[in-house]
Amino acid sequence: MTGANIIFYLLAVITLVSAVLAVTTRMIFRAAIYLLFCLIGIAGIYFWLQYEFIAAVQIVVYVGGIVVLIIFSIFLTQQAGDLLAKPKLGRQVFSALAAFCGMALVMLQLSQHTFAMTANKAVAPTVANIGNQMVGVEEGGYSLPFEVVSILLLAALIGCIVIALKSKPETK
Amino acid sequence: MMEPGLYHLLFISTALFFIGVFGFFTRRNLVTMLMSVELILNSVNLNFIAFNKYLWYDKMDGLFFTIFIIAIAAAEAAVAIAIIINLYRSHQSIDVENTEDMKY
Repeated sequence: MTGANIIFYLLAVITLVSAVLAVTTRMIFRAAIYLLFCLIGIAGIYFWLQYEFIAAVQIVVYVGGIVVLIIFSIFLTQQAGDLLAKPKLGRQVFSALAAFCGMALVMLQLSQHTFAMTANKAVAPTVANIGNQMVGVEEGGYSLPFEVVSILLLAALIGCIVIALKSKPETK
Repeated sequence: MMEPGLYHLLFISTALFFIGVFGFFTRRNLVTMLMSVELILNSVNLNFIAFNKYLWYDKMDGLFFTIFIIAIAAAEAAVAIAIIINLYRSHQSIDVENTEDMKY
């Protein structure tokens, strides 16, 4: 049991426990904070795998962006101190059953499957390599999806403003 | 305890996915449902990264898929929260039952 293994199992436990708490707690603000810890745990797993760039993106976009957005929307839409309504027992039982059965099915399939590995030389996921391939136009380059995503982000930006815009009063 | 490898990561991402599914089924508040969707998207990202790291380390395609999924998830969260705030303005609540009124 080396230090790296211990860190991996620690990160896995943090991620899964805080994910479970995020979907079961009845205080919505705490759910957001547990989600934050879950996302940080996943970023830690990316660091553990030595995908530093993805880990940084995860922290910047998810932890710094989406969770803050969620917390703000909780502030705007929720009365402080309110507990969430308790879900019906039947729904809880059947959801747990469905999730457990699905998980058992997937784990069964996984345990019986062996994956084929590539034999080629590894490419280091450095920022320089990622950047070159991201805007590359030759085969294997991702410049077209890059442009499409930038258009999508612009559309989402405009769409958010249009949806959340306060409609003007009809009377003059 | 074994050396952590591909199967450990796949186990984590499967568990995370079904935790998200459970939350999506049981929650009735739109913001918490959005959180469950974020968990599901993160499990998919973890899957892509695990396969890229352990099986196809000669390419970076899984990594790019993860980057694009993160970008699209950010756009999706922003639009969803705009809709939620708009719904709250008209109904004073963000319970999922109220969204039926959006059809008309």
